[in-house]
Amino acid sequence: MTVLIEKNTKILIQGFTGKMGTFHAEEMIKYGSDIVGGVTPGKGGQKHLDRPVFNTVKDAVKHTGATASILFVPPAFAADSAMEAADAGIKTCVAIVDGIPSHDMIRIKRYMRRYSRNEKMTLVGPNCAGIISPGKSMLGIMPGHIYKEGRVGVISRSGTLGYEAAEQMKNLGIGISTSVGIGGDPINGSSFRDIIEKFETDDETDAILMIGEIGGPQEVSAGEFAKDNMKKPVIGYIAGLTAPKGRVMGHAGAIVSAYGESAIEKVEILKECGVTISKNPSVMGDTVKSVLDKM
Amino acid sequence: MDIHEYQAKEILSSFGVTIPRGGIVYSPETAENKAREIGGSRWVVKAQIHSGARGKAGGVIVCNSPLEVAQATDKLLGKKLVTNQTGPEGKIVNRIYIEEATDIEKELYLGLVFDRASESIMVVASTEGGMSVEEIAKEKPDSIIRSKIEVAVGIQSFQARELAFGLGIEPELIRRASDTIVGCAKAFSELDATMVEVNPLVISKQKQILALDCKMSFDNNAMFRRDKVSELRDKTQEDEKEVYASDRGLNYVSLDGNIGNIINGAGLAMASMDMIKLAGGEPANFLDVGGGATPEKIVKAFRLITMDKKVKVILVNIFAGINRCDWVAEGIVQALEKIEIKVPLVIRLAGTNVEKGNKILRDSKLNYIEANTLEDAANKAVTALKSK
Repeated sequence: MTVLIEKNTKILIQGFTGKMGTFHAEEMIKYGSDIVGGVTPGKGGQKHLDRPVFNTVKDAVKHTGATASILFVPPAFAADSAMEAADAGIKTCVAIVDGIPSHDMIRIKRYMRRYSRNEKMTLVGPNCAGIISPGKSMLGIMPGHIYKEGRVGVISRSGTLGYEAAEQMKNLGIGISTSVGIGGDPINGSSFRDIIEKFETDDETDAILMIGEIGGPQEVSAGEFAKDNMKKPVIGYIAGLTAPKGRVMGHAGAIVSAYGESAIEKVEILKECGVTISKNPSVMGDTVKSVLDKM
Repeated sequence: MDIHEYQAKEILSSFGVTIPRGGIVYSPETAENKAREIGGSRWVVKAQIHSGARGKAGGVIVCNSPLEVAQATDKLLGKKLVTNQTGPEGKIVNRIYIEEATDIEKELYLGLVFDRASESIMVVASTEGGMSVEEIAKEKPDSIIRSKIEVAVGIQSFQARELAFGLGIEPELIRRASDTIVGCAKAFSELDATMVEVNPLVISKQKQILALDCKMSFDNNAMFRRDKVSELRDKTQEDEKEVYASDRGLNYVSLDGNIGNIINGAGLAMASMDMIKLAGGEPANFLDVGGGATPEKIVKAFRLITMDKKVKVILVNIFAGINRCDWVAEGIVQALEKIEIKVPLVIRLAGTNVEKGNKILRDSKLNYIEANTLEDAANKAVTALKSK
């Protein structure tokens, strides 16, 4: 198995007929993802990119058997679309969009509590690059060709820093089982901890690279989880050593407001949790290699 | 987005929080009149800037006559106030708030923030008002009481009551204190706030519960549905270059160093700044042109960076994904036909079609230094700076 998506995962595009939805749907189709159709309210019954368009996610799921979706809807409507996906039985939903209000994110997460653990959708993002299982399927906006197929799991808040890591690893001949962009917002669908837990039980993943940054408690909580519950090695990098306190660094969630949220503090805590730290962003690949070489 | 004290007071007042009588003025004459209009015999003249700790910086003056109010206003208007939160350049005072003085019996702290760990709104209160919450946490941690608001249903009366009793407020004032807490929580939820702080919340000698100083911040991502709040933005309180950047869709933070950066993606931008530091340099800014790094954004980014006189070297680091390095390179070449760069320029491209991109740059007339890796780029930027 892989985490979250498989080769034959059936995918819907929410916001299918828009410019962004169309462009990235084409990229995903080229990569080999099984895009079975899309949803644009009011355009149901039409065809787009040779695939059916539906008015509602429920209709789309009923006719296509889709289990995953990716949102290309404007921030104001994103919460509604994510909840619609959850209610239609979608299992994995990726929200690419940057700019969803934090209050909306909390509402989505509270809404999803109505579903039992087995029925609950995994929401990834927002403000993220999405998910890729190299050689199998891509549910995101990343450049697929920089990812080599392999056995390292990658989790990153940043999109481009995740690309940087994937390329460094590829240049060293290291491949990736699945790469998950969890996004740069203060409240996100899935945390480092949520995803790292999936990697621990994934038999196609041997080690995990976690690319974090300043702000929020998530890297530390994943580190603590790893210390207590994980056998697979975890490698970490934290961006934002030079970021001033109290300023938002691009990502809405990248702001140091409490103890344990600065890069230095996170690095110290992760080290104590047994995470191998990549000392700078230029050696993420080398650090992964050194850990794999010892296994 | 931050707003001024008087704006936060107006908002909270509309949610049932009691505030001292006061008004905003823009000149010494109107200040004098405003003092007479408010009445009483003592007034507080408060400089309106986006910063706390104004009192220590001389931005809050207690006056005993309308004439003194006029003089204090004259002294503060147009002045740059430097607090421990503004940085050495300070912030300009364009608005003055005149308020009746309060006879304080007790100062309390009341704050509401997003708690990222529990993904809820956290109310934080303490009997030690007047100090910053960081100071309270350090010096009187036992005085802090907390309550989590379930976002789906909002704050409940019992929660506000528990907090009020927890603050040791006398029984006859509990109702007013609860209303104050509920008002702040409602303002937080209904206006997409990210922070509400009343510090101090005071009990006056006349047994009133008053919000003496207030601060509110809002979620920039929610401003599309908060027209009235958006209008409260005061660009004079923001860094000039940061305003220029945000008006053009760029994520920019001004810093103290001299190596200017143009990078795509917030994480990669932070990582590049870190590499500069590790190489022995100091970044002049954080600048994320967005994952796509379109030619238009690159032109805007160069204009912005060249506005900053501190910048002695420019480092461009673009990881091209879906957008290809050859497009990005063409964008850079076009940008630099329009904008003259007088400082050394280091460019590192990576990702899709990197060879093509680098060839376009080499074949152009551009005077630049090519770099391959993140580390190489940072080292070359620092070397260029030192060899100047």
